[in-house]
Amino acid sequence: MRQMKASHRENTSPRDPAPSRLSYRYQRLLLTPLFRTFLRVGLPMGAAFALGMAVLGNADNRDAIALRITEIRNSIEERPEFMVKLMAIDGASPEVNGDIREIVPIDFPLSSFDLDLEEMRLTIAELDAVASAEVRIRAGGVLQIDVIERIPSVVWRGPQGVELLDSTGHRVGALIARAERPDLPLLTGEGAELAVPEALDLFAAAEPLASRVRGLVRMGERRWDVALDRNQRILLPEENPVEAIERVIALDHVQDLMARDLVVIDMRNQNRPTVRLAETAVTELRRIRGQVLGDTTQ
Amino acid sequence: MMTNLYESQRAMRNMRKAAMQRGVVAILDIGTSKVACLVLRFDGPEHFGEQDGIGSMAGQSSFRVIGAATTRSRGVSFGEIDAMQETERAIRTAVQAAQKMANVRVDHVIACFSGAQPRSYGLAGEIELQDSVVTEQDIARVLSACDMPDYGQGREVLHAQPVNFAIDHRSGLNDPRGQIGNRLAVDMHMMTVDSTAIQNLLYCIKRCDLELAGLASSAYVSGVSSLVEDEQELGAACIDLGGGATGLSIFMKKHMIYSDGVRLGGEHVTGDISKGLQVPLTVAERIKTFYGGVVATGMDDREMIEIGGETGDWEHDRRTVSRAELIGIMRPRVEEILEEVRARLDAAGFDRLPSQQIVLTGGGSQIPGLDGLASRILGQQVRLGRPLRVQGLPQAATGAAFASSVGLCLFAAHPQDEWWDFEIPAERYPARSLRRAVKWFRDNW
Repeated sequence: MRQMKASHRENTSPRDPAPSRLSYRYQRLLLTPLFRTFLRVGLPMGAAFALGMAVLGNADNRDAIALRITEIRNSIEERPEFMVKLMAIDGASPEVNGDIREIVPIDFPLSSFDLDLEEMRLTIAELDAVASAEVRIRAGGVLQIDVIERIPSVVWRGPQGVELLDSTGHRVGALIARAERPDLPLLTGEGAELAVPEALDLFAAAEPLASRVRGLVRMGERRWDVALDRNQRILLPEENPVEAIERVIALDHVQDLMARDLVVIDMRNQNRPTVRLAETAVTELRRIRGQVLGDTTQ
Repeated sequence: MMTNLYESQRAMRNMRKAAMQRGVVAILDIGTSKVACLVLRFDGPEHFGEQDGIGSMAGQSSFRVIGAATTRSRGVSFGEIDAMQETERAIRTAVQAAQKMANVRVDHVIACFSGAQPRSYGLAGEIELQDSVVTEQDIARVLSACDMPDYGQGREVLHAQPVNFAIDHRSGLNDPRGQIGNRLAVDMHMMTVDSTAIQNLLYCIKRCDLELAGLASSAYVSGVSSLVEDEQELGAACIDLGGGATGLSIFMKKHMIYSDGVRLGGEHVTGDISKGLQVPLTVAERIKTFYGGVVATGMDDREMIEIGGETGDWEHDRRTVSRAELIGIMRPRVEEILEEVRARLDAAGFDRLPSQQIVLTGGGSQIPGLDGLASRILGQQVRLGRPLRVQGLPQAATGAAFASSVGLCLFAAHPQDEWWDFEIPAERYPARSLRRAVKWFRDNW
């Protein structure tokens, strides 16, 4: 029997086309969809994960990798193409220029990767004298700062002294004295800095009286008084002050109102403009009226 | 005994359904000369949903052959497995190659084999209907009322198909459900085979890590694939000339009504040539397929065939034989096979059928001149049959030798109702079954 078996195997095995049980099962396994998916997706992922864990599990390896990364990063950042060598500021007056250089202290040369342009822009824009700023790195390693300054349009005498404000009411800078900027109108009173646009409208409307206007006084944080020379005042209403001032100018035009000896023109009640005369004028008036009536007591 | 059969066949049917659901099932034709494996994919338009009757193209459009492989069979003789290790290897080779071609793994397999001494029985049963309308339950009852013949120990029922129903005196009904009458009768065709052959096959398939989802007789399935529709309807016999066994099945009204097998086939012809010409079996097979025939003419005397040899003896190695001699060897054996088939057909009463069409198929039917010889022995109405074309079948597997493989595909796609596909009659349920309680309730109130 043994002999038979052996010879039998000898005869068949070299040309046996049948797959062995093992290879048959192996092929069937490979044809199983789940197993194929595992081979295609799970196995490479698992291997990559295991490899990564093995390498990163060692602290020395981690340090070496981090070091190498910083090295490569530095070598790129410090290339001459990325270096910033000087700062150029456009559109700023010499004082503002100095201020900017003071608040953005950079020691050149510096890699452009180390510059935080947005933060720098915000810092510069925080300056009172600066309306807006644009910061960029120009070709040739120049840090270009374009500044648009605030244009002072009024002088404000506030609690901290005399200051310049722009047309929106934002502070531009301090003045030592009002006389430094006689070309700008003066505002004062509590809350005057909050209503600068309205004040500018009033100044524009009061143009015919410009030579006499000393300034505007904010009263009770709600309405304006126009202060004129000779201690005259025009009290404007809370609403439609421009109309009121135009009315005063018209009266002045027709009846030469301002040239008279008045102390106050009260326009607060639109329907009933009121005039307060100076004391001498009142007595004079009474005297004239007495004459007319034939009052001879005086 | 019967419940056991029910259970195993029902389990197989369920497995077939599961395989269809998964969409892939393999067909395994285990023959004496070759093992063929086809991989079918069920994804056609009829895959989903129940359809009434037979769908378009006889249910063939529901599947497609995506893998096919054939290998030389080993360890099979007379259509039965006799060396299981060898057969297992042959099955493995075929299945692996087919899987590779299909690029999909198959777990369920439907197998057929030709041998195992098939025997046919005609069964008849009759019941009185409880209420005059025939219900599913009545059909189950009439089927179980069939008188079981004593088919002997060691035999297993392979097919049991109800062929004909009759209500009162109306016979020839296909589907009696819903009809009205008093008595319901059924004719059933039952086919038994040797149970050891089935057990060997099961064992081989299990060893290949496959699950059996169906089992069929190859005579039956070659009839399904080779007979055209009207032949099946009017009555015809299909003779599957295989390698080691010749199967014959008689169809009528689209049902198989008789099946038998002759334990003779093409291998015996090869054996005769081998002995007659003193050549090895492989050479004999080659000579048979290249030069074989059954009708000699004058020309064949002059056509000399080199039969060769490798002994080193010049005289021996240069032998030639005329084709007429070869035919002289082959013809008696083919005649013997056909005579044997004739005897079986006569025993079955084939000559009393209205139509006596005979279709020859299987690998042996490719012998030139066979149709002439067969018509002399079997009767005038003989034709050679080739299996139906199914979708995706490779050209190499469309020949007559693949009749049973193709038939098995059709069997898988559209099986005929067998006994075990019907409901189990309530009487057969276990004693405490809920359905039995319901039935008792319904009968008494």
